[in-house]
Amino acid sequence: MKGIEIYIAIAYVILGPIVGGLIDGLDRLITARMQGRVGPPLLQPFYDVRKLFTRRIAPVNRLQIPLVASHLVFAILTGVLFFYGSDILLIIFVLTLASIFLVLAAYSTGSPYSTIGADRELLLMTAYEPMIIIALVGLYGVAKSFNFYQILASTMPAYLYLPGIYLGLVYVLMMKLRKSPFDLSTSHHAHQELVMGLTSDMGGPILGMVELAHWYESVYLFALVLLFFSSSWISAVIGVAFTFFLIILIDNVTARVKWEVALAFAWIVALVLGAGNLIPFYLISRGTP
Amino acid sequence: MSSIERSPWLIHYDASSCNGCDIEVLACLTPVYDAERFGCIVTGDPKQADIFLVTGSVNHLNAPIVKNIYDQMPEPKAVVAIGACAYSGGVFAECYNVQGGVASVIPVDVYVPGCAAKPESILLGVVQAAQMLKAKEKAMKAARKAERKIARKTKKEGAK
Repeated sequence: MKGIEIYIAIAYVILGPIVGGLIDGLDRLITARMQGRVGPPLLQPFYDVRKLFTRRIAPVNRLQIPLVASHLVFAILTGVLFFYGSDILLIIFVLTLASIFLVLAAYSTGSPYSTIGADRELLLMTAYEPMIIIALVGLYGVAKSFNFYQILASTMPAYLYLPGIYLGLVYVLMMKLRKSPFDLSTSHHAHQELVMGLTSDMGGPILGMVELAHWYESVYLFALVLLFFSSSWISAVIGVAFTFFLIILIDNVTARVKWEVALAFAWIVALVLGAGNLIPFYLISRGTP
Repeated sequence: MSSIERSPWLIHYDASSCNGCDIEVLACLTPVYDAERFGCIVTGDPKQADIFLVTGSVNHLNAPIVKNIYDQMPEPKAVVAIGACAYSGGVFAECYNVQGGVASVIPVDVYVPGCAAKPESILLGVVQAAQMLKAKEKAMKAARKAERKIARKTKKEGAK
């Protein structure tokens, strides 16, 4: 197994946008079908990003491009560390850093819409972070490792031991993937309450970089979901597909919530589902080494 | 097919429209007409938009706003004027505050007829504008190429 990680990490850098773009395209297609629409072609996200990169670059200030580029670089780095088999706890910090760069880029424009969008993104970060850490601690409890490949190789079906933590993770994935009801900071859907929120004043290639970073992020977030179902091939495929469908379904049937609700409920969910799952799990597993 | 033709992002501004055309523009996004089939996304940010949809006549108060939105959009861009008012001022043309159609402030590429315009014809206008964007992009590229050629030539002559 040793040595192959570096190739997977390199493959992630090259193939990550392709997989992420396809995830995005499939998402838009299924969403459209759920709403009774024909929907865009599967490759629509690729057309969008290709177009964005052909447009003239028009930064609002000198800081904007370096900050958004850093966001992209750290989003890629998070995935590279993840697939290289580094300590997942370390990866959480890099992931936070990537998001912070996007928030700083939004603050730098000075537009009132992007400022409120950045405020809300910070609030969402405080909302989802505890649950992600609980999820990693839970996975450690099952596999006794913080390494991606060692958790993947573990034969224990994590979803049977950690159903609460899995549901909690899906809950915070809605925030991380910017899905309704938590698409507070920015959204592609028509008539967003904050114009484009976080991505206001980002045009052309700058928005293209944000989209690319989002694709890279969605790949390792779904890889994180995969860890819950890695006991066999069949459960892995069914588990990830089910999670993907569940996220799109929730996105379509819920309305946007206020930030107070998002923050309070995320912590309640982290406490009830996360800790409520973790404590019994540790009490039971203490007897069996 | 060029990528700009496949993903025309829209920005919609209601100049002094009676809201009839605006409702029809929104109807284009509903499942029945589904503008996303053509890759359209309605953004609120002129910097991200390719096609500018204007409804209603332009008056002295909103003329600078229409101009401002148009100026913020990056080239190549297209303008679709929707409805009779956006064409000439419509039934409001004689009002003391109305300046005229959208063309009195910014260049218009496509006029969509109707009062109110039908969603089908609005979609046709958007698709036509997307095709015009492709032609504009091509012309821009050719112009840039010619510019570079002239610059190289003058540099060479200067060196001689």
